[in-house]
Amino acid sequence: MSERTYAEINIDCNEEGYLTDLDQWNKDVAMDIAVEEGIELQEKHWEVLDYIQDQYRKEVPLTIRKIGKSGIVDIKTFYQLFPGGPLKKASRIAGIPKPVSCI
Amino acid sequence: MKKLLILGAGTSGTMMANHMHKVLPHQEWEISIVDQDETHYYQPGFLFLPFDLIKSKQLKKSIKKFIPEGVHLVHGTIDRIDKEHDQVFLENGMVLSYDILIIATGTHIAPEEIEGMLEDQWQESIFDFYTYKGAVNLRNKLRMWPGGKLVVHISEMPIKCPVAPLEFAFLSDSYFLNKGIREKADITYVTPMSGAFTKPKATEALGHLLEQKNIKLVPDFNIERVDTENNKIIDYGGQEVAYDLLVTVPTNMGDEMVARSGMGDDLNYVPTDKNTLQTKIKDNIFAIGDATDLPASKAGSVAHFESEILTENIQRYIEGKELKKEFDGHTNCFVETGHGKALLIDFNYTQEPVRGVFPFSGVGPLSLLKETHMNHLGKLAFRWIYWNMLIQGKHIPFVTPTMSLAGKEIEESEQVES
Repeated sequence: MSERTYAEINIDCNEEGYLTDLDQWNKDVAMDIAVEEGIELQEKHWEVLDYIQDQYRKEVPLTIRKIGKSGIVDIKTFYQLFPGGPLKKASRIAGIPKPVSCI
Repeated sequence: MKKLLILGAGTSGTMMANHMHKVLPHQEWEISIVDQDETHYYQPGFLFLPFDLIKSKQLKKSIKKFIPEGVHLVHGTIDRIDKEHDQVFLENGMVLSYDILIIATGTHIAPEEIEGMLEDQWQESIFDFYTYKGAVNLRNKLRMWPGGKLVVHISEMPIKCPVAPLEFAFLSDSYFLNKGIREKADITYVTPMSGAFTKPKATEALGHLLEQKNIKLVPDFNIERVDTENNKIIDYGGQEVAYDLLVTVPTNMGDEMVARSGMGDDLNYVPTDKNTLQTKIKDNIFAIGDATDLPASKAGSVAHFESEILTENIQRYIEGKELKKEFDGHTNCFVETGHGKALLIDFNYTQEPVRGVFPFSGVGPLSLLKETHMNHLGKLAFRWIYWNMLIQGKHIPFVTPTMSLAGKEIEESEQVES
């Protein structure tokens, strides 16, 4: 557990920089984390972030396939929005834990 | 007479038929089990077949042989479940009614999910080893293969036996060394996960083994398509990996029957309570093994542990008692690492695999997360245990359905929420 400063407030994060309490998240925090990931958040990003937070609250495990079928973005666009590891990056910016493949 | 109906006579279904036949009073309950096949395959053997380490006839027995007398074995393909009327329709027009239903229809590969996979190169330069036919064809291919770029690949998670592709990579290394062509074989392991495995301690140990065996690792690779003209796989981020021989684990999906019944998730897995094994579909429908959407490994050991708990819960359901929330995701897997060695992992929903000994604290004789010859012997012995104990629903001595912490080297911080 460590603390990081985003949007001028101290936020609880794990070692990999994922928020440990979604209640501490707000849009300014998201924008600061996005800067660290090299991403400037546009309208489409926010739609994706909304969707994955909603799924997280409903305890639905997230997968790339699920995002592709969400009707929000297709997988190709998801990669363009969050280049590199889209699910990991989007989760971090959305303030939810790193997605795990439960095996 | 009340009716218990089991869908699928694979590892899970066969175990449940044996368990339920033992515990339900024969004068009150009629048990039936349905399957479209007549052969029961020893699926863990599919890993060894491509390397000529097992004979194909050692993998096949008749389904009938393992269904106890007094249980009706129905041969047929399931069309759909009508949950409103507690009935199952078969494609041959038969209708089976039930008081309690157990779904054990497993998972299968769906290469058609990936563009380019199931085209002219399928079973030519692109192989699976998750089917009997695929494993036989791959064995024949490897016998003649002169070397080149071997890519061992996972399409997407979850898959049955998540360590199998890693074992395949390790065994390839041994196989090519023994054939004297290791320097001609360039082995790459391509996975959608961030490392060799998902759980941190195991990823570290297994990642180290890949390095030691000179197997390249390409993580975070989510395949978009196979380019069969240029022999490469391409991911959504534009990353490319070239192959001469592609051994892939295609997308795994639950049975189409689940979709036709309108009860699966986007991969046709049945929404199931992860502790009681009752489905979220209807109270009198239970599910076990690979067919469920449980956040646990899709593996025979998991099905075995589940079967002991499900047997008790179905009895409790019949008696009107509250179901036990007992299943903890317990998984126990041997990981074959080549050269006559294997390692063993034992974990559950919250406890990741760690080092230690198993099953007896301080004694073993098996070692956790460490390569030993003894573990390899354990893996070989497992085939006998499978045919003679596991699928017949016999309890395996000293191995409990819920995970034991005894013998494990646990640090406080390692217990995590799943």
